[in-house]
Amino acid sequence: MSLRVLVGVKRVIDYAVKIRVRPDKLGVVTDGVKHSMNPFDEIAIEEAVRLKEKKIAKEVVAISCGPTQAQETIRTALAMGADRGIHVEIPAKEVEKLEPLHVAKIMAKLVEQEKADLVVLGKQAIDDDSNATAQMTAALLDWPQATFASKIEKTDGELQVTREVDGGLEIIKVKLPAVVSADLRLNEPRYATLPNIMKAKKKKIAKMKAADLGVDTSPHFEVLDVADPPVREAGIKVEDVDTLVTKLKDAGRI
Amino acid sequence: MLLPCRLLSSVAPQRLWVGLGSRVTGSVNSLTSFRAINTSPKDASTPAVQHADEENTSTEAAKLKKPKRAPFIKNLFLGRFDKSVLEFPEVLDQDQHELLHEMVVPIERYFLEQVDGPKIDRDAKIPEETLQGLKELGLFGQQIPQEYGGLGLGATEYARIAEITSLDGSIAVTLAAHQAIGLKGILICGTDAQKEKYLPQLACGDWTAAFCLTEPSSGSDAASIQTRATLSDDGKTWLINGSKIWISNGGFADLMTVFAKTTEILPSGEKKDKVTAFIVERSFGGVSSGPPEDKLGIRGSNTCEVFFDNTPVPAENVLGEVGGGFKVAMNILNSGRFSMGSSGAGMLKRLLSWSIDHAVNRKQFGNYLSEFAMIKEKFGRMSANIYAMESMAYLTAGILDGQEDPDCSVEAAIVKVFSSEGAWKWCSECLQVLGGLGYMKSYPFERYLRDARILLIFEGTNEILRLFIGLSGLQTAGGELREVVQKLRNPLMNPGFIIGKGIERFRQQKDNPKLDLDIAGHLHPTLQPSAQLLEYCVKRFQYSVEMVLAKHGQAVAAPKNQLDVARLADCAIDLYAMTAVLSRASRAYCIGLKNAAHEIQLASVFSAEAAERIKTRVRDLEIGPVQNHDDLYSRIADAVVENKGYVAEHPLTRTFW
Repeated sequence: MSLRVLVGVKRVIDYAVKIRVRPDKLGVVTDGVKHSMNPFDEIAIEEAVRLKEKKIAKEVVAISCGPTQAQETIRTALAMGADRGIHVEIPAKEVEKLEPLHVAKIMAKLVEQEKADLVVLGKQAIDDDSNATAQMTAALLDWPQATFASKIEKTDGELQVTREVDGGLEIIKVKLPAVVSADLRLNEPRYATLPNIMKAKKKKIAKMKAADLGVDTSPHFEVLDVADPPVREAGIKVEDVDTLVTKLKDAGRI
Repeated sequence: MLLPCRLLSSVAPQRLWVGLGSRVTGSVNSLTSFRAINTSPKDASTPAVQHADEENTSTEAAKLKKPKRAPFIKNLFLGRFDKSVLEFPEVLDQDQHELLHEMVVPIERYFLEQVDGPKIDRDAKIPEETLQGLKELGLFGQQIPQEYGGLGLGATEYARIAEITSLDGSIAVTLAAHQAIGLKGILICGTDAQKEKYLPQLACGDWTAAFCLTEPSSGSDAASIQTRATLSDDGKTWLINGSKIWISNGGFADLMTVFAKTTEILPSGEKKDKVTAFIVERSFGGVSSGPPEDKLGIRGSNTCEVFFDNTPVPAENVLGEVGGGFKVAMNILNSGRFSMGSSGAGMLKRLLSWSIDHAVNRKQFGNYLSEFAMIKEKFGRMSANIYAMESMAYLTAGILDGQEDPDCSVEAAIVKVFSSEGAWKWCSECLQVLGGLGYMKSYPFERYLRDARILLIFEGTNEILRLFIGLSGLQTAGGELREVVQKLRNPLMNPGFIIGKGIERFRQQKDNPKLDLDIAGHLHPTLQPSAQLLEYCVKRFQYSVEMVLAKHGQAVAAPKNQLDVARLADCAIDLYAMTAVLSRASRAYCIGLKNAAHEIQLASVFSAEAAERIKTRVRDLEIGPVQNHDDLYSRIADAVVENKGYVAEHPLTRTFW
């Protein structure tokens, strides 16, 4: 049973960067800011590559919907062990407005074209925290989904997935083909070694537009305002519980 | 606002992409044609489909013949300024550039996530897992050609990666000892058989290398080593006997480049001792290592004595020619030095950010530290010095990569001297910004400072390198100027020459040399004042070279004349730095880099101060050893040495009551 695995990788602002709101208050500053692969997507690629090393998967395809620079992200995935890449080019101005639904539609279309057996995505992107693409993709394909995966095991024709949920760990079985979303503790991604980065230069990246896949990327949302979270205010000390209760009542908290 | 630049054939105000569509690596034959950048959006975005066929950038570049130019600094001693260096080299083509920047990412992450600097320093050991990770990343074979399993990177890429590995001094030195010197000999002058035999396992780190030259009684004076290699009667095996000291990686290296004395029998029957380089495997036998030295800094780097007791070395393991070892050693050391500029700059840039972070958060006397002029001065000066360090490092790397058979020995030495002293000084200043906190082990500053101290000592002490810079240049100049100097030293015998030279010297003595180099014509107009300064300094330098040669003649290399040689060396250092910063800033402005105006400021202020320093030194040479106090200090030193200590009577001593 050799699977073809599609993995989504998104180019996001690096987690260590201090985010600044743009002067027009409709987004954040991205110009000249360090970007890297979404950490959950690294975990997704790592898992797919491990499946290939265990001979469960035969091919790993890294897909990114984004601007020209998304090719760097795909190349990182190739350096980590993906076999080839697909870059769905989104013009720089539209990148911000790209929604999980658009990406899900694109992924679904690519699944059909590539005849994929498994889709692995990061559970959410650290820029919009939507946590929706995997779920939407599964729905569009009418495939089973196993989200927040912290462990994936293969059993004949099925996957046994351990999910991290609020109450603890949930173990489910899903039939293949399926969509899985990777959670933090699924694995520790490997470093792309320099020799592998050099080898990755020879791997192919196919380029296309969303329109080529018949997907309309017009936004359904409009961002009204982006602001910093409020600065934390100083607290006050009270002498006794009664004063505390009074103050809480005054503040309308109870 | 981008002013029209005379260098460009198309005066276009938009951002120009250098290198796009241009596969010229270092073609500097015609300035205007080099800058005739193809601005057509050939592939403004990267190609639609990456080609699966062989990436043949290196062979393509090889087909483009590299220019051969005379050594820059050596010729500066003759007043010859090779203006091609005013075009900052563009070495990497687009593929190499992208590849390099892809490589930088995981290396940086690895160092930030997996390297525990304080622990390495505390335990005086780099953990095996950390070393293994570095090997897997491919960092042990950066400059080994791909056909032998290495990354085949050039000087420029190596320098860029050095900016990151300097995040940990112990690791940086371990890596450098292995590849910049340990195995470099095989790369430079190894036979094909030697390369095939050893490079593959060295590239992946299965084997590590060390460079064994220094001995207890032979440090700076490398030609005086006493380790001996004697040839067996059948001529097939050399036996090496001797001991080496302070060998980095000496405790575990599998392969060592060992320098030993061999006896040569001259045609006259006379015996002469010469140095020969050998490739020695630890497995040959008779090789033992002493315990690791307990050091001030780079404590995780293994440094120890290595002993050779009748170590048998097959004759095919001679590196280079028998008797040619000294040159091999010098070539090896010359080739690795320049990267100290980028590693120093990389380290300082980080420390600068950390100190700024402190200064903008800490308030005293109602102001943030960053508002006080004394703190701001540190940040400003440091930035200019980092700029000079980087510029020189990459200019040198660019020459190494872009020219045919380049002689960068003096330039590399200059980079090393400037960067090591800069790293030490500015590390200290960053520590100072943090005050007491900077002194604490819980902050990284003291560790970086201790790690930086060795930079002034190893790979050639800065004193030796100053002599090397000065004397190499003087030798070049002396050879050509011999006649000139002869005449200068015998004015009465050569009146015609003296009159002609006299006009030139008259102008020099009035500190008003004729500026006829047109350096300003090769830089962006905004830098014109600095360009004039550079030209003035070049002329003054040439004058001082002639002065020193006329004054000392052959005795210029004598121990007592070192201060004058050092003055020339310091001038050469400042001149190279000025050239590098002006070249780089001009390029930045011309191609429209972000913050180019800031770079212009850095270049201008650095040049202005460098020019002042050069002026002072030339003046010191003019006024002679009495007025410049050399003589007096020498006599004080004589007295102190004879007394085996401080001479002046204690201030409390009385002779009367």
